[in-house]
Amino acid sequence: MAALPQPLAAVDVLPEAAAVHWRPRVDERHLRRVGALWTLTTIAHVIPFTLAAAGLMALQPLALPVALACLAHAWVIPELYAQRGANVLRPRRRGGEQPERRSVGLLGDLVGHHARELHARTGLVLEPGELGVWLVGEAGALLLPVCGRKAYCYCVKVDGRHDDAAGLPSGDRIAHLLLALRADERGFATVANLSFVGARWRLRRRMRRELRPALDAAARQG
Amino acid sequence: MSKLIRMDHTGHSTLAEWTAEDRQAVARAERAFREELERGYLGMVSTGPGHAEQVRELPIDSDLVILRLPISGG
Repeated sequence: MAALPQPLAAVDVLPEAAAVHWRPRVDERHLRRVGALWTLTTIAHVIPFTLAAAGLMALQPLALPVALACLAHAWVIPELYAQRGANVLRPRRRGGEQPERRSVGLLGDLVGHHARELHARTGLVLEPGELGVWLVGEAGALLLPVCGRKAYCYCVKVDGRHDDAAGLPSGDRIAHLLLALRADERGFATVANLSFVGARWRLRRRMRRELRPALDAAARQG
Repeated sequence: MSKLIRMDHTGHSTLAEWTAEDRQAVARAERAFREELERGYLGMVSTGPGHAEQVRELPIDSDLVILRLPISGG
């Protein structure tokens, strides 16, 4: 007897995940582990430079310029990482007015009133998930996990190898990511490249001023 | 009236419209859906607030089927 066809022939796992089969599928444990690793890395950058500055000053006060340079390194390196994270949410170049309007209209149909209003103000879409609250931009997404005070920044976009990927308007770029996220949140986080994990306050400082209300809204919801 | 739309450089394009009773329109929509899948698009339907599902066959009963492109890490 032939098997009954599935009505929707639905697929549970994001097919794009097959392209990164070596990556472990993201879950809460994975997020905690990665978060701890990023914290250790930040400490490994900050502490040696700070100790070096203190040691130099203790040994020779005339080494003040070098000590200040060490402190600057201790400050700049985490800031550069945070800047890399903030860049994933940066808006991209706009296309024609008509396609932009149409794409934003479709995106608006996919989200609720509050997300629509937030998108109009910030260009980012707030999407609650199982792992936490997401902010989806045109070429990346930010995750504020349920537990903790960290922010996870992912660089992810429409695959540029497809002929039709070029010239997508902003709303469509977000809608592509949003639909993938809704279909398989863990698969989405697995496919995306992690560009920064760190304190929300550090990330907020590096974000464009007009995007910060989106981070605040996500933090309130998380 | 159900719709098959593709997200593209125009914002989006409506590729087909059908009702479940209109067999010809359904056949046209299924053909358009298959063609886009062959071009690398992925069929998506919303399954409730915050949830979507990828489909490999055109779900005739869905109001809206959206075709999206694959994503990748940037």
